[in-house]
Amino acid sequence: MLKTFPTGGVHPAENKLSAGKTIVKMDPPKTVVVPVSQHIGAPAQAVVAKGDKVMVGQLIAKSGGFVSANIHAPVSGTVVKVDKMPDSTGYKQMCVVIDTAGDEWLPDIDRSADLITEISVPDGEIAAKIAAAGIVGMGGAGFPTHVKMTVPPGKKASHLVINAVECEPYLTSDHQLMMEKANEIIIGCLIMQRAIAATQTIIGIENNKPDAIKHLTETAAKYSSSIVVQGLKVKYPQGGEKQLIKAVVKREVPSGGLPIDVGCVVQNVGTAYAVYEAIQKNKPVIERVVSVTGKSLQNPVNLLARIGTPISELIEAAGGLPENTAKIVNGGPMMGKAVADVSVPVTKTTSGVLIISELEALRPEQFNCIRCARCVGVCPMSLEPYLLKNLVNISEWEALQPERVLDCIECGSCSYTCVAGIPLLDYIRLGKANLNKILRSRKS
Amino acid sequence: MALNRLIVSMSPHDYGSDSVRKIMFWVVAAMLPAFAVSVVFFGLDAIRVNAIAIAACVFFEWLIQKFLIKGKNTISDGSAIVTGMLLAFNVPSNLPWWIIVIGSLVAIGIGKMSFGGLGNNPFNPALVGRVFMLISFPVQMTSWPTVQVLNFAATDAQTGATPLAIVKEGLKNGQPFSEIMSGMPNIYTDALMGQVGGSLGEISALALLVGGLIMLIRKIITWHIPVAVLGSIALFTGVLHLVDPNAFADPAFHLLTGGVMLGAVFMATDMVTSPMTPKGMIIFGVGIGVITVLIRVWGAYPEGISFAILIMNSVVPLINTWAKPKRFGEIIKK
Repeated sequence: MLKTFPTGGVHPAENKLSAGKTIVKMDPPKTVVVPVSQHIGAPAQAVVAKGDKVMVGQLIAKSGGFVSANIHAPVSGTVVKVDKMPDSTGYKQMCVVIDTAGDEWLPDIDRSADLITEISVPDGEIAAKIAAAGIVGMGGAGFPTHVKMTVPPGKKASHLVINAVECEPYLTSDHQLMMEKANEIIIGCLIMQRAIAATQTIIGIENNKPDAIKHLTETAAKYSSSIVVQGLKVKYPQGGEKQLIKAVVKREVPSGGLPIDVGCVVQNVGTAYAVYEAIQKNKPVIERVVSVTGKSLQNPVNLLARIGTPISELIEAAGGLPENTAKIVNGGPMMGKAVADVSVPVTKTTSGVLIISELEALRPEQFNCIRCARCVGVCPMSLEPYLLKNLVNISEWEALQPERVLDCIECGSCSYTCVAGIPLLDYIRLGKANLNKILRSRKS
Repeated sequence: MALNRLIVSMSPHDYGSDSVRKIMFWVVAAMLPAFAVSVVFFGLDAIRVNAIAIAACVFFEWLIQKFLIKGKNTISDGSAIVTGMLLAFNVPSNLPWWIIVIGSLVAIGIGKMSFGGLGNNPFNPALVGRVFMLISFPVQMTSWPTVQVLNFAATDAQTGATPLAIVKEGLKNGQPFSEIMSGMPNIYTDALMGQVGGSLGEISALALLVGGLIMLIRKIITWHIPVAVLGSIALFTGVLHLVDPNAFADPAFHLLTGGVMLGAVFMATDMVTSPMTPKGMIIFGVGIGVITVLIRVWGAYPEGISFAILIMNSVVPLINTWAKPKRFGEIIKK
């Protein structure tokens, strides 16, 4: 039986152009630019300086606190610069630039293709090893994984929920990873399930990937009956963790709360793979699968790219940047960020690079709001986007709070669906920012 | 590579294909079955009234935008066509052209543009125009041509009362309901198909329901308002009819005759002037149903849904403040 979340949601055209394309391993680029902040939380502190020689997998920036993540060298070579450079957000931040020489890996990383099914790391040490490997949520949010793997005192995790929904149109990196690395993913799930002492793991996959549902169901059956695969109706934003929890275990994360409040820990399927590699192969996060896609691209592909590779090289591997390109999006079309420059690097959270042509980039013609209420109907958090927009328009920032503007997950369903072409989410973001500013100033 | 001309905008980067213009197009399409029925029974007059009303509404919107508001012209959004057509649906087919033009001016000028145009009007513009005409020109607005199937000859058609008026008059004179109904033996099927006197778009309940179905499928309306309006009318009149079958008409009669179906499907569901949440829509619909029955049964007019909708339009902002959706993650106190 297919499940889904009950309120709101839209169904944009899926456009999974790179579906079924075998993951192609890219050669290490000549130069990598590795930002020290690729995650939510404190930036990591660089521990290398200009001139240092590094090997693949070597720590180059140390976690800057509990909610932070280690950064490792994705290539071997010489550090040529540790300086502020623009990343995919457009803001400048500290980056370590390494000129590649050869491909020398730290000797304790297991580079063989052998599957290691035996989990030898004690349960209590898993979170620490995950932290050491610098694993963050690979779905796009980039929340440090070891934080979620550390269940706070007084809370109990009954379920590990694996987000293999990939509800963003175009993206296929998770899908392809599931097809090629199912065993590793299932073992990764078992490891995480142990770390949080959960009794069950539920892998949520949307029904537009029936091959992945079948493949993972069969693979999971080989390992443990505690891992189940749940098929889901195709509906965006099912990959939002609150929506996914509601869909698979019918629990509602309270406003302002976390999944652990309802006994759940949510991890992306790509994260499960990274956990396998870290625990079983001693390999930190130095590369990831990226879908390079778009209707105007010659050859949409799924690439395994080193962190820090400029996205221009990924685009070249997909047939080159088309002349009529208007936008390049880091991520999917619904929640991805448009980048200002093709030189920005791949980071741990780059699930896709989407090329949007001039014609596709046109925003729809704007009309007055005709109060059709579709934005209210599609909001997965049951907010009233039209009302939030009206309040923002008259700068009533504080009135936004009782209307729960801070619950907004910024999925963009309202803007997507608006028949009057109003960029509702842009208004809501402005409202959230201003309200947060007021709330912060009140605290201090 | 063209580095300096990349667009950096916020997500989402993809948009749905529906637009205001498409919605208006589909509303017009949904009105076509009822329009076809009106042509069958009222002949060329139906086309005449629609043409005048649409032309006048579009013209006045253009005029006001151009010379008073001086903004971007909005007639291409198609909403003036919808208003014109709804206005035409709400008047007798023999209405003189100049009354239609005045009605259109009131509908567009006062009902819509004075509030700032599409989306800002609290009241359904077509109903504002209709009620204005009803009060200002009561004679012309209540002389109903009798229906003739496919008679395109330009004869002066006879006029007669609507079934609603006949029943209301009869009941007032103390005639039992069943006796009045025996004078109109096929009234239910006639009202379903449209072979009854009345405003030109309201006569066939079936054609209006087909239109409603089109809008439901196209997700222009939801079921909440029509069901709440029709359900509450059926319930209210049903109770009255059970209490005294002689003094009160039965629910089927109320649902099929007069403007109830047109109002429930096309007028009350007007997006601009109806509530934003399902809960609000139900309250709104029930309000319309109850007020309609109050006017029909105890008021001065045989027909009440226009007034009922306008009255409920006026409380929509209040309903919107009260009928909030249940937020995701809202903690329910036990």
